[in-house]
Amino acid sequence: MRTAIVRFPGSNCDQDCFQALAALGYDPHYLWHKEDSVSGFDFIVLPGGFSYGDYLRCGAIARFSPVMKSVIEFAKSGGLVMGICNGFQILCESGLLPGALMRNRSLHFVCKHVGVRVEHYTTAWTQNASTGMVLNIPIAHGEGRYVADAETVEQLRRERRILLKYCDADGATSDAGNPNGSVENIAGICNAAGNVFGLMPHPERACDPLLGSIDGRVIFESLLASRKVQKVA
Amino acid sequence: MTVKVFVMPKRSILDPQGVAVKEAVHHHGLPQAKSVRVGKLIELEIEGTPDEASLHEVCRDLLSNPVIEDYELQIVN
Repeated sequence: MRTAIVRFPGSNCDQDCFQALAALGYDPHYLWHKEDSVSGFDFIVLPGGFSYGDYLRCGAIARFSPVMKSVIEFAKSGGLVMGICNGFQILCESGLLPGALMRNRSLHFVCKHVGVRVEHYTTAWTQNASTGMVLNIPIAHGEGRYVADAETVEQLRRERRILLKYCDADGATSDAGNPNGSVENIAGICNAAGNVFGLMPHPERACDPLLGSIDGRVIFESLLASRKVQKVA
Repeated sequence: MTVKVFVMPKRSILDPQGVAVKEAVHHHGLPQAKSVRVGKLIELEIEGTPDEASLHEVCRDLLSNPVIEDYELQIVN
């Protein structure tokens, strides 16, 4: 799958994404944020980092980078877009996903492996997982507390768009298992059409046994598998 | 002219920074402080007189995030 990893000034997980995707059989390419086209790509990744130094708000300035206009068009026409960490913040700022990501409840930057529970296995992003499966994936953010009004959260729940939730060692989505104070322990959501996925955890940092966990693979493998089925059909 | 934009977290949303500052204010000898919220002030020096609609557009789309923040425009001169 021909994949664009968008590099903004301040992106710093672009190489992690490249390594992980290349090892899993994707065909990744870097795409500078000043490019104005995403044509020829099947999949766009907005990687983690601190685009524009997190000035104003995380993702607020990156959202207006030249490339984002075509990323938004691509997403609106059904193209696959994934935002990880700062990429998730950019997706929320750009309106492709609802809600916003705010300062962690603890005010601390949290960098550790956490339990993340898969809530629905029926999407392209999770189809190789099973509902309730707990993934051990690192987070690394200071502003990852997902916030949305009650109506939006209810809509996300009703439409089964909350794909990942933080959980404790027992797999329960308890307050103790919530590293940043996100509403409903939300760690990752998708848009109504299911083609745009944003998450704070870093699955690309959990694809190589050297890094302590390979639980992130299931997300990228799901997406590859979903594309193969589509092609056969 | 100078335009000041005050951006504040919505009252309905937890502002952990404000809570931490409130604690510090208490320790500093002002236990009467009931609530503290931390926002930001953005100052724009503008040539000529832009119409208010475009100022509000910039405030809404870029300088604040309506999901979590409210803003207030103040035109100084």
